[in-house]
Amino acid sequence: MGEFKVHRVRFFDYMPSAIRAMAFNRQSERLAVARADGAVEIFNFSDNYFQEKVIPGQDSRAVEALCWVDQRLFSGGLNGEITEYDLENLKPRYTVAAYGGPIWTISSNNQGTMLALGCEDGTVKMFEVLAEKVQFQRNFDRQKGRIISLSWHPSGTLIAAGMMDMIRVFDAETGHATHRLLVERGVGASKSREVVVWSVAFLSDHTIISGDSAGKVQIWDGVTGTLLRTHLVTKWDVLALSVSQDQSSLVAGTSEGTVIQFQLISSTVGQQDKEWVRTRTFKNHSHDVRALAHTETAVVSGGMDTQLVVRPLLDKVEKNTQESSLRKIVFPHRSLVCCAKKAGLLLFQFPEHLELWRLGESEGHGKPGDSLTVKTKPEKLIQLKRKGEDHICCSALSPCGGWMAYSTVSSVRLYRLQYNNNNIGITKVSRLPKDLCSVHQLCFSSDSSKLFASSSHSSVIVVALNQQECTYLHTLKPKSSSRQPVHLLFASEDGKWLATANTDCEIHIYNLDKLKLHCTVPVYSSYPTAIAIHPLTSNLVVVHADQQIFEYSLEKKEYTEWSRKLQKLGLHSLWLERDTPVTHITFNSRNPAHIILHDMFMFCIIDQSLPLPEAKTLLYNQMTLRSVPEPERIRHSHAFKICKNFQHLLCVRLLEDHSLVVVERPLLDIMSQLPAPVRQKKFAT
Amino acid sequence: MAALYEGYTLCGLVPAQNLSHSGIQGIEQERDSDHVVVTDSTRSVTLYKVSDQKPLGSWTVKQGQSLVCSAVFNSQTKEYVAVSDNRVIRIWKEEDILLDKAFKATVSSDVWRVHCVHGGEPVVLFQRGAVRLLDSLLSAPQQPIEEILVQEEAIRWSTNIVAETQQFVIFTTEQKGDHFLYLQRLNPNTLQRYRLEREEPGLGPLSFSASYRDKHIHLLYLYPNGHVYQSVVSVRGLGTEEGTQALPLPRSLLLSLPVGEGLLEAASAMVLDEAHVAVVGVPHPSAGAGKDFLCIWNTNFQTLQAGKEMAGKIYGQLWCYSNKLFIPHGKTLSVIPFVCPKSSLASALGKLKQAKTEVLSIMANQINFTLLSMQRMSRKTQSTPSLTTDQVLELIKTAPVEDVEKEVEGLLSRSDIQDLQPSVGQLVSVLVSRSLTDPAFYTPSTLAQLVHTQCLCHSVCPDLVLLALEKKDYFLCQLCLQFFPDIPEAVTCACLKAFIRNEVLQTAYSDNFLLPHLKDLSSQHVVLFLQYLQFLYLKYSQDAFPQMHGLRSPSLTQIMDWVCLVLDAHFTVLVMTPEAKGLLLNLHSFVKSQVRLVSELGKIEGSLQELNKMKVNKDVGQYSIEIIELF
Repeated sequence: MGEFKVHRVRFFDYMPSAIRAMAFNRQSERLAVARADGAVEIFNFSDNYFQEKVIPGQDSRAVEALCWVDQRLFSGGLNGEITEYDLENLKPRYTVAAYGGPIWTISSNNQGTMLALGCEDGTVKMFEVLAEKVQFQRNFDRQKGRIISLSWHPSGTLIAAGMMDMIRVFDAETGHATHRLLVERGVGASKSREVVVWSVAFLSDHTIISGDSAGKVQIWDGVTGTLLRTHLVTKWDVLALSVSQDQSSLVAGTSEGTVIQFQLISSTVGQQDKEWVRTRTFKNHSHDVRALAHTETAVVSGGMDTQLVVRPLLDKVEKNTQESSLRKIVFPHRSLVCCAKKAGLLLFQFPEHLELWRLGESEGHGKPGDSLTVKTKPEKLIQLKRKGEDHICCSALSPCGGWMAYSTVSSVRLYRLQYNNNNIGITKVSRLPKDLCSVHQLCFSSDSSKLFASSSHSSVIVVALNQQECTYLHTLKPKSSSRQPVHLLFASEDGKWLATANTDCEIHIYNLDKLKLHCTVPVYSSYPTAIAIHPLTSNLVVVHADQQIFEYSLEKKEYTEWSRKLQKLGLHSLWLERDTPVTHITFNSRNPAHIILHDMFMFCIIDQSLPLPEAKTLLYNQMTLRSVPEPERIRHSHAFKICKNFQHLLCVRLLEDHSLVVVERPLLDIMSQLPAPVRQKKFAT
Repeated sequence: MAALYEGYTLCGLVPAQNLSHSGIQGIEQERDSDHVVVTDSTRSVTLYKVSDQKPLGSWTVKQGQSLVCSAVFNSQTKEYVAVSDNRVIRIWKEEDILLDKAFKATVSSDVWRVHCVHGGEPVVLFQRGAVRLLDSLLSAPQQPIEEILVQEEAIRWSTNIVAETQQFVIFTTEQKGDHFLYLQRLNPNTLQRYRLEREEPGLGPLSFSASYRDKHIHLLYLYPNGHVYQSVVSVRGLGTEEGTQALPLPRSLLLSLPVGEGLLEAASAMVLDEAHVAVVGVPHPSAGAGKDFLCIWNTNFQTLQAGKEMAGKIYGQLWCYSNKLFIPHGKTLSVIPFVCPKSSLASALGKLKQAKTEVLSIMANQINFTLLSMQRMSRKTQSTPSLTTDQVLELIKTAPVEDVEKEVEGLLSRSDIQDLQPSVGQLVSVLVSRSLTDPAFYTPSTLAQLVHTQCLCHSVCPDLVLLALEKKDYFLCQLCLQFFPDIPEAVTCACLKAFIRNEVLQTAYSDNFLLPHLKDLSSQHVVLFLQYLQFLYLKYSQDAFPQMHGLRSPSLTQIMDWVCLVLDAHFTVLVMTPEAKGLLLNLHSFVKSQVRLVSELGKIEGSLQELNKMKVNKDVGQYSIEIIELF
């Protein structure tokens, strides 16, 4: 296979944002996650937890609570506004001020007709959900102290509200408080501090469950307003609660990073009367668990340590299947790095800014395993701060390094870059075509003469670039009526083809010479996570969220022979068990049979000329091959050359000089930037 | 292990005619640990610098007057306080030459004693039990003094203790054979009265010693039958219930000292620290009557840790200031420095023992004991007439070897080893003394069995090892070396002279003590010994797995230490001895190879550290260009 020179890059200080809130839509199996920077992400639990949509954040929007109403997503935040999201155009649809100060919680009734808001000023505000908007209906009796948490009774007639030192039960019809449940403060020094009821859950049998800042999970009788049971689960705060749909299981998240499960079971075998019994403790977080979702088969948790953890409940899933393994989602399922492979430049995308780096140069040669002397150090050429309140949603760098573009939900900016020796000039291209305002993906053609931008209804705007100006050329539209956004764009090396993939799993191929749709790849049930067109054969390679790989001939408009062979044999089970998606595909111009792709934990060179690994073959065989003498290697080799030397990969690219660039972001580096956890784990505690 | 060092004389004594009294009334600490004030029983007070064994000053009251208690030093005011003629309080400074010209005040009631803890305020205890701070008493010397004690009740002993910030006067009284303890707290004043449990009729405590630790006052007292009791009183609960109602004072038996025949007359026990007690006037367990000893006992393990014979009569008096014991005996007052290292089981059993064999042998012994007690039970059911310990002791003195062996063995198998503990020492002493006097009498198996009980130490039977050496019973010697924690270095060397074993090399020793005794070895012995050590060394350095040699072999470092010690002791002699020349050359090469080894190890350590640093550097890098190969 051969040697590679690898630029090992660790200077991308990517820092994910903490998870603030989440809401699980049981119908569509979509999880909405809100992060501290205001971004909202949608994960598809029916398709390998793929992060299918990202709505970028905004400086003033701190999302404190999320709520699904049918297929509509609402959020409330500390800016005091309710926001409904446009999930097709990946931006806020509208915002409505609630006029009650910061909104702490938002909750809809089972019928999906009403939204209840808990506000800083002590009111519970009711908004009616209408077809195109939400409309203020009424205020409940105003309380002293903020409303921190809310839960509707499934019947929609009562609402439990968690406040400071108490829980109030309101009649949803009259808006009057019917019960006041006093929550005990912590003991000792915290006696003087108000206890915050961070979370409440109102069950159909009128049981109210609360989690509070004194570390208690309490079970109340909502009819009589009496305390039934107290579980002291932590010295710190119980921040989040979530109840399973059948109301037989409950999880509580704490500041210690633990998630504690309670189940409604009879305490003695054979008895009818059931009670809430503490059953399991999961410790998958180092910091506060701020948000929880109890799905049918798993507990989903997230918090300060930025990781989204899916912990299957082993009594609900089949053992030793992919479904039964723990998943941690740390990196976004799309690329934040652009590489100008001709110029040896890297563009890093942060929500607030972009960084353009020039790679270093080495001196001399070395044998495998060596580190070469770095003659020229890598250099940060530009740090470009974004304009406006909206965070950057996508960015692109032209292969020659002469153009750079980024987009927010409200605008696109294009820059011309000029390099003369050590000076770099950056010029903003002032007049952009007016169609180029809200885009989801950006991509330059390989000769840097065109910019492609995906827009609403899966359309792609084509813009021509020359020296100082850019002109609108065309809008490519698919034949399908999909309203979903395009999340992947790929322009072929020869400038002839443009491939797009949208969140309806459709892949369209456009002929750029004719500026019209060439074909649509047969729709596969799983999301495409990476697409690429081979520079010589014009075959499209697609990798999906379920780890399947397809190769489609654009000329013949059919799957290639190799692809059929692969499907017939089936991919190796270890390949399918990987739990991070392939986020980029590239090719090796020296050897047309090579396909280079990577996920978070490995990169792989698929050699199409070699036999495919069979089920019994050792998939990760690099160590074996290294140890056997060269003549024997051919006997052990197979098509999948997997390298795990570099880990927590954000990007693997092949430069024009055939050296590899790997951008690593070790999780330890991310952990070390987190604030100190409330409780350090001590020996034997 | 606690040790008593060589003592020295502080001053001569003028004891009473019939030797009933030492002539010393009391010894008190002066400005620091090296100065004491000695008050004699008649008229004079003398200040000594202890390390110089020299008096610095002396004050005497007029003829006809007498001092009632020992003078104390008030370190706050740098003044001495004494009481003469029961009611006259005298206060003077070091520069005052004549006591008569110094301050005097007469009080309205008879004084028992003046107490002053170092750095504290003097307290006056009156004979009828009242207590006053000296300052408040002197503000109105003629103030009325109340009577605390009832008729026929008299103070026997008193002391003064500071517990945290609280000052306590503690005194004991006797009333018609009953003994009471009074705890008088000052500021705020409270008084608590306790009744001491009665010992055998007619026996009153011989001595008291009080100490404060862990918020409790510990009172230690010795009875003429050798029983040392401890009572613990919490200083916390005091004052809740004040009155003359005497509470019973619970006690626990700390030590049961062997007293021989009769009862103790002049003896005293004093707390040294939480685990050690100094005892004077009690016979040494193996030294027979008529000799007076100062001993240190470990109360945790009930073992005798150190003993020293005191020449002349012992008066039962003992003081202790900062690791020095002050003891009047015969016509001298001696100062004996001591150490009581923190006691541990390891040190009580002798350190440098191999832990594994220790545990194994203890286990083996326990198994033996269970077997023995089972045998004892079966014998009891058979109700065979058997001899008591005393009868056996008598028998040993006269009976033939076979009978003695049989009876001692029988005794060992009959009794529980815990009950036997004191008598094992007696048995061995009697056996050893008979063997020494009667050359035909020797019972090696019985002695070995007794040593195996591990109830013995060298101090209990100092002649045993020497006897075994004399009888060439090397097995017994080896057992003693293995089980005795306290074999003196001189005896170790004696063993060395007789035979060279592993056992010797592994015995605990201290270089400083060993060196002078090693010098006693003859040059032939030294050469032989060094040859043996050389042999061991070669064997070890050739063998890759020295630990395979069994548990009781000395380690390489032990061998090297002994080589160094022996060479240190005899180098000049060896250089002059022609037959030692080759040996010395060989040893020189050992030393050279050792030095080379250490320097090589140092180099390796350096490289390893470098390696560590390199690895760290690699991890920190933000950017590198590497070559990888895929196959």
